Amino acid sequence: MTNSTSAVKTVFDVEEIRAQFPILKVLVHGKPLVYLDNAATSQKPRRVIKAGSAYYATINANVHRGVHTLSTLATDAQEAARETVRGHINARHAHEVIFTSGTTASINLAASSLGQLLLKPGDEVLITGMEHHANIVPWQLACERYGATLKVIPITESGEWEISRSDDRMIRQFTEHTKVLAISHVSNTLGTINPIKELIAEAKKHGVITVVDGAQAIPHMHVDVQDLGCDLYAFSGHKMYAPTGIGVLYGREELLEQMPPWQGGGEMIDQVTFAKTTYAKLPFKFEAGTPHIAGIIGLGEAVRWLQDYDIDAMAAHEHTLLEHATKELRTVEGLRIIGTAKEKVGVISFVIEGVHHYDLGTLLDQQGIAVRTGHHCTQPLMERFGVSGTTRASFAPFNTIDEVDAMVAAAKKAVKMLR
Amino acid sequence: MMDTTLEQAQQEIVDEFAMLGDWQDRYEQLIELGKELPLIAPEHKTDENLVRGCQSRVWLTAEPVSLLDCARSDTGSSGTTVIHFTADSDAMITKGLVALLVRVLNDRTPEEILGTPLTFIDRIGLREHLSPNRSNGVVAMLDQMKRYALVYSAKT
Repeated sequence: MTNSTSAVKTVFDVEEIRAQFPILKVLVHGKPLVYLDNAATSQKPRRVIKAGSAYYATINANVHRGVHTLSTLATDAQEAARETVRGHINARHAHEVIFTSGTTASINLAASSLGQLLLKPGDEVLITGMEHHANIVPWQLACERYGATLKVIPITESGEWEISRSDDRMIRQFTEHTKVLAISHVSNTLGTINPIKELIAEAKKHGVITVVDGAQAIPHMHVDVQDLGCDLYAFSGHKMYAPTGIGVLYGREELLEQMPPWQGGGEMIDQVTFAKTTYAKLPFKFEAGTPHIAGIIGLGEAVRWLQDYDIDAMAAHEHTLLEHATKELRTVEGLRIIGTAKEKVGVISFVIEGVHHYDLGTLLDQQGIAVRTGHHCTQPLMERFGVSGTTRASFAPFNTIDEVDAMVAAAKKAVKMLR
Repeated sequence: MMDTTLEQAQQEIVDEFAMLGDWQDRYEQLIELGKELPLIAPEHKTDENLVRGCQSRVWLTAEPVSLLDCARSDTGSSGTTVIHFTADSDAMITKGLVALLVRVLNDRTPEEILGTPLTFIDRIGLREHLSPNRSNGVVAMLDQMKRYALVYSAKT
């Protein structure tokens, strides 16, 4: 087992990484698993799996409630994980890290609370055309409730925002009515890395609150919330090697203090009387009920696991896989890549003329290859590109060039069967 | 009324697939079946006939056919009704599954459709396509076929 205090491993060794993921030994339809669906959920290293079960086996107790030893140990472990996450995203304070069930819950919290705090009839919420449904629908609900309007930044043919740093279109996105900007850092469908820092800076000049969906960014890059300058940043544990059911909403302290609570219940209160309730201090004001303690501890362990590596070296490996996949997939007749931005993470979406993504995904699965098919919870984006869905391969540091080749060969076989 | 029972029709399919070797043969057979499926009339490929599936789409129509119209003397005079289905899908494998379901359930009485457990998809090793995870419209289609059978059994 890797010691979490050891030095960062600067030499990237894919076999050393693979050895830490027990699931990679599983056979699917009798064939070795080729797991290329990491943007849906990443696989988990042994350390993370062990951390979750060790919690249940040795210190399971409710947090922030008991005076007994186990409760203290569980609380300490949970708060240590919060501090680990704080350090990872460079937040100023640990209490700026709110644990949620995932990105979806984080954005719902943000939209619901900010809606109540800020939105009035005639106000505008600005999003982009490449958002995941989780960064569309919560804002639609908030807009409906408060009479605000949702405005959308269009997307280019290459899968980038139709605004550039050099022209004034970026500035023109903001009107006197714009209250919130909600944008994805990285597109889950296209892999595009968006220049969010520039847009956030522009939004700030206009006094607009900025919310970032970072679910697809955080597994692949350094995220420094202070450097980005965003007000809120949402992400999930399960896409960054942590368990499912745990996520984070980072929020700037001053804003979180102003935001009303989203859900009420235990642990989020200070004093409750039937006349009036006062709320707990941050972060507990936003953490009603018993949290997913094992998930939080698993998330802390996943972050420590990631920190044992040079994340840039991991990203460079994923980029090599992306370039290889892009080159090889283009040899498939009639294949069109959806999302050709200059800056991409290891995500490649494609359609093949005359081949339905359901058929392709099914025949790849028969060959042991796991990809995602469908609209990827981005129906407006699918409409933008005039497709009903795509097939998407998404890479993790444990993937290999051989696996990319296996996918391309399997795709060619499937196309032959289908045509 | 069909010459074979629904159960016999299922068994025929199981026997056909038993002769096939690996996954590739099974899926090639399914794809061929999909290609053979008589397409639904274009005017019936409407949103109204669309059976919701997330990954692939299925269209289904059902028409009651009274066997008295067919001048079948052996059915008696009570007016036996069978259901005639047409269907299509935008995905080939789904279409193959749709073709199998139509082949088994087509032109049968509502009572036979509702009264015979469908086991063949399981028995030919394609059960995974009925998983809710697939969201391919096949399960929704089967539900819809049974709903039509319920409606027409109530009418007769």
